[in-house]
Amino acid sequence: MNVIEVQNLHKRYRDHVAVDDVSFDVRAGEIFGILGPNGAGKTTTVECVSGLRIPDGGTVRVAGLDPVTEGDALRRVLGVQLQSAALPEQIKVWEALDLYASFYPDPADWRELMERVGLGPKRDSAFGKLSGGQRQRLSVALALVGRPRVAVLDELTTGLDPQARRDTWQLVEQVRDSGVTIVLVTHFMEEAERLCDRIALIDTGRVVAVDSPAGFIGRVGGEQRLRFRPSVPVDDAVLLALPEVADVRRTGEQVVVTGTGNLAAVVTLALAERQIVPEDLRVEQASLDDAFVALTGRKLA
Amino acid sequence: MKKIMVVETKLLLRDWVATLLALALPVALLLLLGQIPDLRKADPNLGGERVVDAQLPAQMILLALLTASFTVLPNALATYRERGVLRRMSTTPVNPARLLGAQLALNLVVASIAAVVVILSGWLVLGSQLPAQVFGFVLVFLLGAAAMLALGLVIAAVAPNGTTASTIGSISMFPLLFVAGMWIPREVMPDALRVISDFSVVGPFVNAMRDTWAGEWPQLPHLAVMAAGLVLFSGLAVRLFRWE
Repeated sequence: MNVIEVQNLHKRYRDHVAVDDVSFDVRAGEIFGILGPNGAGKTTTVECVSGLRIPDGGTVRVAGLDPVTEGDALRRVLGVQLQSAALPEQIKVWEALDLYASFYPDPADWRELMERVGLGPKRDSAFGKLSGGQRQRLSVALALVGRPRVAVLDELTTGLDPQARRDTWQLVEQVRDSGVTIVLVTHFMEEAERLCDRIALIDTGRVVAVDSPAGFIGRVGGEQRLRFRPSVPVDDAVLLALPEVADVRRTGEQVVVTGTGNLAAVVTLALAERQIVPEDLRVEQASLDDAFVALTGRKLA
Repeated sequence: MKKIMVVETKLLLRDWVATLLALALPVALLLLLGQIPDLRKADPNLGGERVVDAQLPAQMILLALLTASFTVLPNALATYRERGVLRRMSTTPVNPARLLGAQLALNLVVASIAAVVVILSGWLVLGSQLPAQVFGFVLVFLLGAAAMLALGLVIAAVAPNGTTASTIGSISMFPLLFVAGMWIPREVMPDALRVISDFSVVGPFVNAMRDTWAGEWPQLPHLAVMAAGLVLFSGLAVRLFRWE
């Protein structure tokens, strides 16, 4: 069952087209990623889904509701965590949760929610005194306090340190496990790869492809890369003679071999036969990053 | 609504220095101007009354009200807009009228406290009179204050940030103080200016205050102009309100 249906969404601002033509469906209970570089139109897309902006073309349905004409009903089933939104500096954590709970007809128990996002010890801290990670966790809690069916989380982990990022990821997975469908907007490949069931890859206002992370990586083939420094110079021909090797390149003393199959084992064996030791050996597999480059012809970052 | 009120009150109290400074000014001005000998003599323009008896405290109450309406309130809401606080709220089912209503009610309470302090300090220090028609006075104060705060909400509804709100607020404040008779008493105003004053909400407010101070009932046209202002401005504020 689809919880969100977006068809041919189009949104332009005065001087440029932010969203050209975007279509995707989000299924109930999944974590759906909207991935793309900065300025690709991700935020505008979710703002149209959340009813914060009025699209210039196309249709959007969230739980069967039109965000433009049925905004009131929409806001009861959709929780939103926005990139550019804040709370008053002086408001305390519990006050913010209590206040936002009062906006909904059937809110969640905010005390329990506060514990779940790990802010129990910060109950009486002012919003202005919270760390980046704590603010994000409060923001997630506020998005969930109305018991939404769908939660939109925009650039949730931008600006967080690696530990806080991992904690937040764990929280998102817990939320999904509690039955909430999640739309996750991100420009972090690693985040999308780790969390999302399916991803819409967006570039310059259009959907490049919708697929699972594994599906995306499969599109660029099961290609692997091997980097090493040979202890004795080695001829390219020796490596190219192996059926698994597709290409050999050199950067300084370093040799980069690309290929498929059991590449690492075959190459090291061939080198060993010639008494060559591959020093600083590293094996790299194709990632979502490579898929992005292959699909759009450029780097994400 | 109740919860917004409670939280906003707490936030106001946590930032009490700014509020106190804004509202202490009228009291300070009252006590300072009250030392001018001419204002303590019987004035034939006022029918033999002294300026410090009712005229001056009434104007200082107006000043406190205009400060709350045109500086404190628009600044608070526009800063919320600038910082994305309103944007965050706009994703919830909360109605903007509830937020505006809470802000109006909160500032009404603050302005009432300021008015009481002005009246009491005038009475204790300058020997000013106390409002004689208390019920009428309270009615006039609440109605006029609500109308002026609603006009402040119109500014708050559209100003994109705190700086713009403060600028629009200050610019609007001085003409209003002028037509209210802050510098020229209504009695010596030219006819055209007096007509403007009569329809300006602040003019009827000051006049009705002086009437009730002297023990008379407020005049119906004065109350009507203030009530019309309240309905017009609050309707306009809700219509024009933008979350971002």
